[in-house]
Amino acid sequence: MNALLADYLPLAIFIGVALVIGLALLIAPFLVAYRSPDAEKLSAYECGFNAFDDARMKFDVRFYLVAILFIIFDLEVAFLFPWAVAFRDVGDLGFWSMMLFLGVLTIGFVYEWKKGALEWD
Amino acid sequence: MTLASAFFYLFAGIAVASAFMVIAAKNPVHSVLYLILAFFNAAGLFLLLGAEFLAMILVVVYVGAVAVLFLFVVMMLDVDFAELREGFLQYLPIGGLVGIIVLVELVLVVGSWAVAPSAPQAIAERTPTDITNAEALGRVLYTDYLLFFQLSGLILLVAMIGAIVLTLRHKEGVKRQNIAAQVARTKAAGLSLHDVKPGQGL
Repeated sequence: MNALLADYLPLAIFIGVALVIGLALLIAPFLVAYRSPDAEKLSAYECGFNAFDDARMKFDVRFYLVAILFIIFDLEVAFLFPWAVAFRDVGDLGFWSMMLFLGVLTIGFVYEWKKGALEWD
Repeated sequence: MTLASAFFYLFAGIAVASAFMVIAAKNPVHSVLYLILAFFNAAGLFLLLGAEFLAMILVVVYVGAVAVLFLFVVMMLDVDFAELREGFLQYLPIGGLVGIIVLVELVLVVGSWAVAPSAPQAIAERTPTDITNAEALGRVLYTDYLLFFQLSGLILLVAMIGAIVLTLRHKEGVKRQNIAAQVARTKAAGLSLHDVKPGQGL
């Protein structure tokens, strides 16, 4: 248990160093930088004229489709890792259960390909 | 063991604080970023439990994919902060009702909590060190828990088809590639010769 945690000590040190550097770069400007605030410095720059409207606009729903298809295949790969590690122990049943799982997801993949969900327009 | 408990309180404290900020932050994008912080700390807690594989999967799937999905959802909404605050009183009764129902359910679940008779014995046993997390999962997941594994595959299939059915809208009039039709095109279909008389044009 403690040996396992000792393996992750470099990671904790790394995150700590990254945190210190990040915070130092955030805080240093507040302490040392020259400041003369002006409303125009924070306003949107739009080539000389005033901004038409807010920069926040609605995203196309197709980005969502791409993201959700990514998640599904991400999960499929996550299931493959323990299977590959325990491949010698799971036997025929384990092998064919994974083949069935992959087959089910391949049906979905074929459906998505045929519907043109992978094409942008 | 003191170092491990110090890290436990660090991770648990940040997780609870960032979970509170998820609902307290004014900007929904900030909420999602706090949610990512909560996921990271949950992964840290899993690591402290010795569940390395789950911790890494939590980072890969939740931080890498689900948080991106949430960000897309937030960006798809028309985020108007003045309007968001306007509806607060209007939605207070139904939101409060849902909150009370969830609270009652939580109390019922925690109140009827019973520890399985074999659980203390299982906890007391030493964690095997000669086998990795992923291998221990792999040995049981694909054979002993075959039904649940296949059900998860079907759920993923339903999610995939549902997402496509709900969001896929093809634009009209876009010339898409159709390889079979393009290859099957003959000279007769694509080419025609016209005998144009001088001075008349086509």
